[in-house]
Amino acid sequence: MNQDFDFSVVDAILERHPQNELSTIAILQDIQEHYHYLPEEVFPRVAKAIGVGEARLYGVATFYENFSLEPKGKYLIRCCDGTACHVRGSQPILDRLTRELGLTGGKHTTDDLAFTLETVSCLGACGLAPVMTVNGTVYPAMTPDAASKVLKELRAELAAESADQNAAEAGNAEAEPEK
Amino acid sequence: MKRLTSREDLIALRRQCTEAAEYETKAIMVCGGTGCVAGGSLDIYARLKELMEQQNIPVDVEIAEIPHGEVVGLKKTGCHGFCEFGPLVLIEPQGWLYTKVKLDDCEEIVEKTIKNGEPVDRLVYKIDGEIYRKQEDIPFYHKQTRLVLEHCGQINATSIRSYLSIGGYSAVEKALFDMTPDEIIKEITDSGLRGRGGGGFPCGDKWASCRRQKEFPKYIVCNGDEGDPGAFMDRSIMEGDPSRMIEGMIIAGIAIGAEEGYIYVRAEYPLAVERLRLAIAQAEELGLLGDNILGTDFSFRIHINRGAGAFVCGEGSALTASIEGKRGMPRVKPPRTVEHGLFDKPTNLNNVETYANVPSIINRGSAWYRTIGVESSPGTKAFALTGDIRNTGLIEVPMGTTLREVIFDIGGGMRGDSKFKAVQIGGPSGGCLTEKDLDLPLDFDSLKKAGAMIGSGGMVVMDDTTCMVEVARFFMNFTQKESCGKCVPCREGTLRMLQILERIVEGKGEDGDIELLEEIADVVTHTALCGLGKTASNPVLSTIKNFREEYEAHIYEKRCPAGVCSKLKVYKIDPELCKGCSKCARNCPANAIHGEIKKPFEIDQSACIKCGACMSNCNFGAVKLEA
Repeated sequence: MNQDFDFSVVDAILERHPQNELSTIAILQDIQEHYHYLPEEVFPRVAKAIGVGEARLYGVATFYENFSLEPKGKYLIRCCDGTACHVRGSQPILDRLTRELGLTGGKHTTDDLAFTLETVSCLGACGLAPVMTVNGTVYPAMTPDAASKVLKELRAELAAESADQNAAEAGNAEAEPEK
Repeated sequence: MKRLTSREDLIALRRQCTEAAEYETKAIMVCGGTGCVAGGSLDIYARLKELMEQQNIPVDVEIAEIPHGEVVGLKKTGCHGFCEFGPLVLIEPQGWLYTKVKLDDCEEIVEKTIKNGEPVDRLVYKIDGEIYRKQEDIPFYHKQTRLVLEHCGQINATSIRSYLSIGGYSAVEKALFDMTPDEIIKEITDSGLRGRGGGGFPCGDKWASCRRQKEFPKYIVCNGDEGDPGAFMDRSIMEGDPSRMIEGMIIAGIAIGAEEGYIYVRAEYPLAVERLRLAIAQAEELGLLGDNILGTDFSFRIHINRGAGAFVCGEGSALTASIEGKRGMPRVKPPRTVEHGLFDKPTNLNNVETYANVPSIINRGSAWYRTIGVESSPGTKAFALTGDIRNTGLIEVPMGTTLREVIFDIGGGMRGDSKFKAVQIGGPSGGCLTEKDLDLPLDFDSLKKAGAMIGSGGMVVMDDTTCMVEVARFFMNFTQKESCGKCVPCREGTLRMLQILERIVEGKGEDGDIELLEEIADVVTHTALCGLGKTASNPVLSTIKNFREEYEAHIYEKRCPAGVCSKLKVYKIDPELCKGCSKCARNCPANAIHGEIKKPFEIDQSACIKCGACMSNCNFGAVKLEA
């Protein structure tokens, strides 16, 4: 466990809720929203604040599908596999994405923490089936090829960002001697 | 907004809203349901506003407190239901419905329709050579009876003033000032309203039983955990007409003697949560929620709880456990939720659509309500119509409407030239119905007799390219994943059934598998703790009943008649078309393709892993699939 974990975010979240068991899920949701997962460091802190055992809190966190104890990728791709999407062919889309992201053996997140691929049972946008979302943006009427295209765009976005970052770092490095 | 402290205050405000709304001589209703928002409707809304402001056309997005002459009302509404053709824009007073509207269409809409009152025929719905300008004339809408959804798409879903302008909160007013709690319950009982969440339990009986409980406090809980994949009726009500449902909950509070209400909404519905929060905040500001509502001694508050992704939380005792901040696991019943529900206190739990039915029953009376639907199931039912059908969307029909009318008249029949095969009603808890059931009236009892159930109202239509064994596996996979694990029959039974089904679709089915499935299904149905387990076998049992030959083809002939199950597919190279380029062989991850350059290649079936890479890589269409 990270001894230097910064608790300021968690403390601010705890402040916003009545500190009792009733707030368990709402507090975990807020923490997850910030970190995109539940860091293990937060459990003792939250458990103490709301007056429940750590084991109990862990039990809640592992029960609900929305909570993750593993870090997630920068892009969270959720492929709807609800009934309507399923009968209109969501499985081939999922297969394509899994293959292109190189996710094997039940893994959901790429090693570089760039992408997480999840299925979700119904986003309620059945009229647009099959549907997928990337960080909350809905992509309607998908096909395997369209999904590949989206993935390509996201990768280009990532590459552009890291190029920018490298350029900035290179710029800094050059600028330093002048100081 | 000023806090209302008496009945007269409410009546005055309502009149003021109605009068102010009359100044909106033209209105543009942009669909703000999840489907259309995904299609870009919010950008369309913003663009229309910008365009009209640029051209100095007076436009109001909220009904004015002090009217300032004729204006164009621009409203963000709830779901119009015709999701297949979204984003949708409705023009009033003409009632024209524009479909598949794009950002670039906005200028023409403002120029032609708003300025000159002419329709943009390019955007109206057309089918079989007919043009349907008006929403009500479109076949999709024509056969519907919109009661619970009457305001969805017609009013501004983010404004309580819009709700008040069409008579909102008159049912709460009547319940508070003109009726006793017993009279309210009698009206609901007489109406014959049955719970829309699945079971169809008589609503009046539940309310009466909760009222009889001696313990206090009591709670009103609304189940908005619409977890059935392929169902979105409740979402549309919460998004499109949140105040109506809130009114229903307040009336339940008056009738039962509760002062706190909880709405449990699925995490996947962020827009519904936002709209509900807004509707609650606006009602609190007006004093329609809070202490001493309209100057009476009745107080009522509503809280929202967001779910965290657990289907089982749609079950009553699991839902209340989740609100309490615990793992959402069901408990043994009895005691029932009306006796020991939320915080172990008497609790009335209904779903969204049930509460949304309440205001019109109170306003118009039970005798009127009984004129709709059939004797044993009065009223209407909303269905989410999805799958291989031409018009997917949200519909509402009187109970007793036949499947044929729903699928072929409202739904417009199958997509393309495909043939109707089956319809799954009630999601993973329901069953499938086939051609022979098409004239079955849709109501609680008829469907139950036919081995299906209304459930929450998801209706997934499937064509002849759907493999029913695969569908059964799909639902079992869902239920198995969502089984909370508390009781053995459901935890183990769903897993075993899933394993058998997986084996069958992979071509490893054995003689006796069908019988074994039936035996396990019987045990799980009779011994599981809650509704999730008790109904988990329905998709398997009804597909075996209706499509036994498909199971047999998979098991004995290792063949998928619909050509869906990938492990049962056979890839073959057509020697006539193959140019011998070797591209397939180079791309085969299993090295299953061999041959000489410029001569036809061949696939070694024993090594083939059926991935399809050869087919997608062949430039000459020489790789063929045999079912």
